[in-house]
Amino acid sequence: MSETWLILGATSSMARAFARRAAASGAGVLLAGRDRDDLAVLADDCRLRGARMAEAIAFDAREPKGFAGLIDRMAAEDGLLSAAVFVGSMPPQADIDADPALIQGVVTDSFTGPAQVLQMLAPLMEARRGGTVVGVGSVAGDRGRIGNYVYGASKAGFATYLSGLRNRLTRAGGHVVTVKPGFVDTSMTWGLPGMFLVASPEKVAEDIWRAVGKKRNVIYTPFFWRYIMLIIRHIPEFIFKKMKI
Amino acid sequence: MSWKTTTYSGWGRALTATGEIARPERRRTLDALLSDGLIPACGMRRSYGDAALNDGGRIIDMSRLDRMIAFDPATGILEVEAGARIGEIAAAFAPRGWLPAVMPGTGFATVGGCIAQDVHGKNHHQAGSFGQHVLSIRLRTAGGERTISPKDDKALFRATVGGLGQTGVILSARLQLLACKGDVMVVTERRMKGWEEFLSHLDGSTATYTVGWIDATATGTGLGRGVLEEGETGAGLTPRRVKTRAIPVNAPHFALAAPVVRAFNSLYYSRVPARGRTVVKPIGDFFFPLDKIHDWNRLYGKRGFHQFQCVVPIAEAPALRSMLEAIAASGLASPLAVLKRMGPGRAGILSFPMEGYTLAVDFPNRDAARALISRLEAMTVAAGGRLYFAKDSLARGADVRAMYPDLDDWRAEVTKADPEGRLQTDMVRRLKLRSEA
Repeated sequence: MSETWLILGATSSMARAFARRAAASGAGVLLAGRDRDDLAVLADDCRLRGARMAEAIAFDAREPKGFAGLIDRMAAEDGLLSAAVFVGSMPPQADIDADPALIQGVVTDSFTGPAQVLQMLAPLMEARRGGTVVGVGSVAGDRGRIGNYVYGASKAGFATYLSGLRNRLTRAGGHVVTVKPGFVDTSMTWGLPGMFLVASPEKVAEDIWRAVGKKRNVIYTPFFWRYIMLIIRHIPEFIFKKMKI
Repeated sequence: MSWKTTTYSGWGRALTATGEIARPERRRTLDALLSDGLIPACGMRRSYGDAALNDGGRIIDMSRLDRMIAFDPATGILEVEAGARIGEIAAAFAPRGWLPAVMPGTGFATVGGCIAQDVHGKNHHQAGSFGQHVLSIRLRTAGGERTISPKDDKALFRATVGGLGQTGVILSARLQLLACKGDVMVVTERRMKGWEEFLSHLDGSTATYTVGWIDATATGTGLGRGVLEEGETGAGLTPRRVKTRAIPVNAPHFALAAPVVRAFNSLYYSRVPARGRTVVKPIGDFFFPLDKIHDWNRLYGKRGFHQFQCVVPIAEAPALRSMLEAIAASGLASPLAVLKRMGPGRAGILSFPMEGYTLAVDFPNRDAARALISRLEAMTVAAGGRLYFAKDSLARGADVRAMYPDLDDWRAEVTKADPEGRLQTDMVRRLKLRSEA
């Protein structure tokens, strides 16, 4: 059966790699993001790589007025409807300390904006008895750290949302994959100090694609982050609160 | 963050540079980076030496601007951004019956890099060089963005192809792909017992793709022995995908010591039965045999390695034999050595190919190897041959002038396109390519 992927935040390099992977499988891709010019180039690329349909569409997590347009466009496609969420924003913690109002934007980009779109899409997915939601969170959501706890808290909220959505869609034949990437070689991490074991966006996309096929629930990518985070989650709070990692 | 300060190298890792690198993911970002003037661009840095290095300056990594823009299935014309990798184009289009007309020895090379070095492949004797299949190039020069083609802007086009990125930043290109039968290769492998036999088989080969692996450690009657591979594209069979592996750390210096290399080469030679054999391989295995092993350059340890590659005219085959004798006698060679016959095809003023034989040999980065390479370079000049800029890391400006007599014509065009000399790289400075003789 034909499948159409709505890709939120499609200009990011991880999303680009995932869109290409979906395109190579012959699926349709709806590339949603703010930079329409860039997404139009990606749409051509996806079509040449085998996508049945590829289109750029406007999406801004902070502009909920535009969400209905995305859902209508998805509804117009036949077959299974799926969505992959790659949006999120991570301003330096120091900026947030200086201007606490920034929290609103981080939470909207990383959690409530995409959650609202998924909430609107869910009834359509249920009606068609299938489809997959891929939600990209972060290992930062596993435990709040001094360096980026607002971003981490948003991603933790998103992860809990995804868990609930999984519970809901599973009964209608759908599925939700929660993805927790470690350090990925993107423009967001380019030149940041302290990066190690950095994975390419293509490697992450391939891991996600495989997890979709196998209906995995929660994946860490690359896989070893599961063990790194297992250790970090188990550090007793009375020690953790004094650490800086 | 736009700029990252780092120390980086070419594929050979013997030469390094320290400076700022930006890696834009969108055209908008690239335009902003270039708004204050041109900056040298690089691709996947698969050139061995310093062609993609700019010590103390800035460089733009184009590898994330790698999208396919348009394709016409009727004509096989593909338009792609400069950062697109040859191997990805091959993988996407071979199942539809098209391949890049010329593919270098690694699929990680970008379209921009292939143009800037006017690379050749295993079909050079028939298909010519990469640039001969480039219909037009979108180029960002000091005067702004323009599209150049061999018809309308002959001089600038010929200075850009094989031009080491000195005329501007290559943004995208229209490529004429070559029709193929499918996405597998049918390859015939035969043992070549020695130099004379090898050359005569290279001369007589009628295959579309021909390449020779040569045992650069064999001496005496075995001098020049190796394996000749002749390939044609085929269809109908789907060979299994081979898992890629990676070299995780730098190897110790004895990993490629002379006895190890000799033993490896003997095994590699005997692997092909004495009567020869025909095998079916995935396209990538034939064209990009080493791409399956990521970071194989680490096998040479942290000091890195040099590749010597020259081409000499047909009549100078004895000179090439003398070079091979010197290499074999030195015991310094690594298993990676290639012998090939080239046709006359070349598309740029500084393009490497000429009708003749080309020999490429890797050496670990040691004093003795550098001295040997220096001798080999002198022998190349004496034979009227050329060195390949994609591989070179040791030559001097004076040698290069003799090999590329049209250098002044190239420099004239380059000066027009980049009058302030902002695009100069470590290689251009080392070989004094943009200075008056």
